[in-house]
Amino acid sequence: MSAPPVEIHDVTVAYHRKPVLWDIDLYVPEGKLVGIIGPNGAGKTTLIKAVLGLVPLASGKIEIYGKPYRQQRHLIGYVPQRESVDWDFPVTVLGVALMGTYGRLGWCRRPGHTERGQAMHCLEQVGMAQFAGRQIRQLSGGQQQRVFLARTLVQDAQIYFMDEPFAGVDAATEVAIVELLKSLRERGKTVVAVHHDLQTVRRYFDHVILLNMRLVACGPTESTFTTELLQETYGGRLTILDQAAEAVRRGEQVQ
Amino acid sequence: MITLSPEQKVMVGTTLLGAVAGLVGCFAVLRRRALVGDMLAHAALPGLCVAFLVAAALEPVIQQQMGANVELKRNFLVLLTGAFCSGLLGIGLVTLVCRWTRTKEDAAIGIVLSTFFGAGVVLLSVIRRMPVGGKSGLDSYLFGQAAGIRYQDLVVIAVVSLFSLAVLSALYKEFKVLSFDPEFARTQGWPITLLDLIMMGTLTVVTIVGLPAVGVVLMAALIIMPGAAARFWTDRLGSMLLLSTALGAATGLLGTVASARTAKNWLGIDPFAFLTGGASLPTGPVIVLVGTAIFLFSVVFAPRRGVLSRLIVEFRLRRKTAHENLLRSLYELCESQLPERPAVAIDMIRAHRSWSPGVVGRLIRQASRRHLLAYQNETVRLTPEGLARAAQITHNHRLWERFLIEGAGIAADHVDRDADLIEHVLTPEIIQRLEDQLGGTAGPPRQIYDLPSSVATPDDSASHIDLPSSDLPEDQDG
Repeated sequence: MSAPPVEIHDVTVAYHRKPVLWDIDLYVPEGKLVGIIGPNGAGKTTLIKAVLGLVPLASGKIEIYGKPYRQQRHLIGYVPQRESVDWDFPVTVLGVALMGTYGRLGWCRRPGHTERGQAMHCLEQVGMAQFAGRQIRQLSGGQQQRVFLARTLVQDAQIYFMDEPFAGVDAATEVAIVELLKSLRERGKTVVAVHHDLQTVRRYFDHVILLNMRLVACGPTESTFTTELLQETYGGRLTILDQAAEAVRRGEQVQ
Repeated sequence: MITLSPEQKVMVGTTLLGAVAGLVGCFAVLRRRALVGDMLAHAALPGLCVAFLVAAALEPVIQQQMGANVELKRNFLVLLTGAFCSGLLGIGLVTLVCRWTRTKEDAAIGIVLSTFFGAGVVLLSVIRRMPVGGKSGLDSYLFGQAAGIRYQDLVVIAVVSLFSLAVLSALYKEFKVLSFDPEFARTQGWPITLLDLIMMGTLTVVTIVGLPAVGVVLMAALIIMPGAAARFWTDRLGSMLLLSTALGAATGLLGTVASARTAKNWLGIDPFAFLTGGASLPTGPVIVLVGTAIFLFSVVFAPRRGVLSRLIVEFRLRRKTAHENLLRSLYELCESQLPERPAVAIDMIRAHRSWSPGVVGRLIRQASRRHLLAYQNETVRLTPEGLARAAQITHNHRLWERFLIEGAGIAADHVDRDADLIEHVLTPEIIQRLEDQLGGTAGPPRQIYDLPSSVATPDDSASHIDLPSSDLPEDQDG
């Protein structure tokens, strides 16, 4: 596996014809904790979804270990934003964790004793084993996030994509998640996470991707997470890109 | 071959139909697609009419060629094929309208539903004026006519039920992850569009098959209500599916029994004679009303989620709050004379809390039954247990009050009411954390309520929620 975990070549993504990411070109190094940093509407979630094939690319290509995403699905774990699902759904904590095994089970096969063991093991790792039988609505925000993490751990992936894993969690969960990320790194895994809290970036991440509709910078935290580059990322929206995107959208409408 | 009487056929048919509708309806309810079933049923009507017209036109031709007496117009399968096609067309149109215009899904469903239904009713009136036979059956598709279920219809319903059951058992895990988190399912490589099509296709087939019995207007109820009712009783998908199937079957069966003619034949009496004067009630609407009854029963009586159990929880909390307020008032009224336990006049308590005499009397009776206080000559005196409990409650109250002022920066004159609301649900863990944070000087000295250590505090264990030490749940509804 000499190719980097994620390689993004000249990717542009558009929602309803309005571009939200312009010409992103970067690669993610192996075995690092990588933070995606940028203001609201910078396209952080979109970048992750583009890599996972959840939104179509307007142009460019993305490779996972040198191959298209479709061939490398088994290497990838995904933790969506917590608000993206209905927590009133009739499923238990263990049930959610078991969903991580569905990918390798394949069509029509049900999770059995082995899968339950794996799921329980991962719930233990995030400190949720005691809640295995609980309906997911009865959990706090931090506990829900831990369940999502357990589900992804069960996937036993090589690269993990996490969309705001620290959003709306309590301090204890935040510490637990950071510990978990570090243990993943020790096992040679790569983690790419959208992150909001600038104060903790230096402590949590080895590598950062600064994003604001276009790529501002991508590199090791020490050399990249600098005041100048942050100002470039956050200092005023890139008005020209904004206006251009708007123009594209309106042009499409006129046609 | 088993021979069934017409009544038995109707019963088997509606029971099976209710069961399978409940089964596939579960996922529709969970995916918030409940209205899709309604739209499907309505959109099927013009398809039925067109199929009838085509069959009526082809019938003489085929009869001539084959020489056999085929009855195409009234063939269940022929009509259902038409219904199926226009149902699918309806779904397709909704998708198109959503994607290519800025219309939202619910509006698109409403538009397509009423357009198709309107077209269907117009076609029906055209057919009514045509000089062809066998058209009387078509009208029954509007409100359904379960009594018309024939043996061949039964076979179709049975096949569809088996097919749906097979699909749902084979794809149970796929449907589960698709319904809970479709994006995650997609990253795992599941073809969610295909799965969605299979799910909606099954729903369509079941809806269409139910039309002759329950009718276009009411079929959606049979799809939605068992699933919605089952959700009240369980927190697991597997049991929800089973329960929904069972409730659907019960709906179909009871509805058929309740519609008078069948009941009369089976029981020998007509339970609704006083209402109908002996005439039969339409089966479809009665089935739906039975479904409503089951749903309402679930809404009210289901444990944890039901209205009644929520009211009970709220009532218990209120009673607990009132009791704790009484004890705290007593503590505050005799605080200056501690550790003596003086007798306090009931009038003083009433003035302190502005409670009515009836309320105070009831609370005091209940508290004295729990040996927290002793009542004598319009005065009450705390027992040692009562004092310990009262001191602890006062301690918690003041602790929380101080936290609000110091920790949360709430103005002091707002604090008492805010403290009143929260303090009654604080768990021992949270109290401990508050004490650690604020220091132990908040309320009455600890030794007062720790003193009678031999006496177990009559703590309401019902209110105790076992939390992990670090987390406060955002919402505990149960």
